[in-house]
Amino acid sequence: MNFPKELKYARSHEWVRVEGSRAVVGITDYAQHQLGDIVFIEVPTVGNKVEVGKNFSVVESVKAVSDIYAPVAGVIVEVNEKLGDAPETVNQDPYGEGWIAVIEMSDRANLDDLLGSDEYADLAAKGGH
Amino acid sequence: MRQTPLYETHLKYGGKIVEFGGWLLPVQYSGILEEHKAVREKAGLFDVSHMGEVAVKGPDALAFLQKVVTNDVSRLADTQVQYTPMCYPDGGTVDDLLIYRYGQEHFFLVINAANIEKDWNWLVENSDGFNVELRNLSAETAELALQGPLAERILSQLTDVPLAKLKYYWFIPEVMLAGKKTMISRTGYTGEDGFEIYCLPGDVNELWEAIMEAGRPLGLMPAGLGCRDTLRFEACLPLYGHELSQDISPLEAGLLRFVNLEKGPFNGREILAQQKANGLKRKIAGFVMTGKGIARAEYPVIFEGRRIGTVTSGSYSPTLNKNLGLALVEAEYAAAGQQFDIEIRGKLVAAEVIAKPFYKREGK
Repeated sequence: MNFPKELKYARSHEWVRVEGSRAVVGITDYAQHQLGDIVFIEVPTVGNKVEVGKNFSVVESVKAVSDIYAPVAGVIVEVNEKLGDAPETVNQDPYGEGWIAVIEMSDRANLDDLLGSDEYADLAAKGGH
Repeated sequence: MRQTPLYETHLKYGGKIVEFGGWLLPVQYSGILEEHKAVREKAGLFDVSHMGEVAVKGPDALAFLQKVVTNDVSRLADTQVQYTPMCYPDGGTVDDLLIYRYGQEHFFLVINAANIEKDWNWLVENSDGFNVELRNLSAETAELALQGPLAERILSQLTDVPLAKLKYYWFIPEVMLAGKKTMISRTGYTGEDGFEIYCLPGDVNELWEAIMEAGRPLGLMPAGLGCRDTLRFEACLPLYGHELSQDISPLEAGLLRFVNLEKGPFNGREILAQQKANGLKRKIAGFVMTGKGIARAEYPVIFEGRRIGTVTSGSYSPTLNKNLGLALVEAEYAAAGQQFDIEIRGKLVAAEVIAKPFYKREGK
């Protein structure tokens, strides 16, 4: 399983790529693997405020409905509309084309609570808890 | 938590194990969508050893079964199989099952795994006054399901018995398959052609490997519970606890053709006859999501602000590439073309009633 070094990770299995004041967010390779074939994604709405640890999107596999939690607080400034027609992109390319939303961060200190790639890899190896 | 004799084999094949009705079983191996497609287009092999089996023997075997199930068991010939609901006197459903007739005084029932204890107690309780001997064979019977258009070709490689001659819903009591003694029926729970293979728990691992080996070059894949559910859902085959339950009668579930009200007295007949005569208050309707979202079991069905029913099963349909569902709704909202909403996480999403089944294989 792949956990890129340059990303930060939430214990609830989202990843964050920091681009200036913005955070690109998706779900990890571990998460997409656990979910299995993803068949529907409810993307958030641009302009919505999100709070750390609150669900802001829903990913559905054939069998399961899973909440996606905001790893940082802020405002949604961009969403990946392509996932509406091609939710399987999250399985195929979780860190690239499978990104879910971009959050304009309101508190960069949120980033300090996220895990580095090695720490997250340990978490995933222990079954994700 | 119980394991089937194939547990280690599932791990070896990469099965992702989940709990289902008290059993540890693979929900998938390579992926639900891929396995679903394999069964529709080629073949899939399922471990269904968790299913329950009960033998009914004795001079009153037929009379006993006529009392406990809704279908007309007297219409079965030797080596024929019948699907039937089993009802409580109030018309609610105890379980749905298969009945195999070995002879006038010998039948074999296949019941749902989660209902084994309940069914067993119910059968024993109802056998009072009948000269029958019941045996719970669940622990000493393993079962595989080989399903898909290539099932016959794959299985025929492992036996001299001409399986091509075995018709849908018939069985062969003794088949030497890959050197093991089995019973094989042409039945299944996927909407495809296929076979169900009953054997001793000690033989099931070798049979699994022999079938996989024979089928692999033809595209056979091991298939888990995940695609078993999406396959049966597309074919609109009821799942006990969803489309059928203690609170849902077979008529409400649309199973009138498996209820024979003329065969004589049986558990539930009076209520079912009333339901038929007076018209049903509720029905299972099939629907397609016309708005964005996937309906899931237990989601409310809403029409003009009022709750008119509940989703019983809902899923993305891999074969039709649509989000489909089944719901128990007030009967007047169950006709094709009816529009209503499904409440998904607090939001109303549009849906429209369509004909059932969603999927029917060609030539059937």
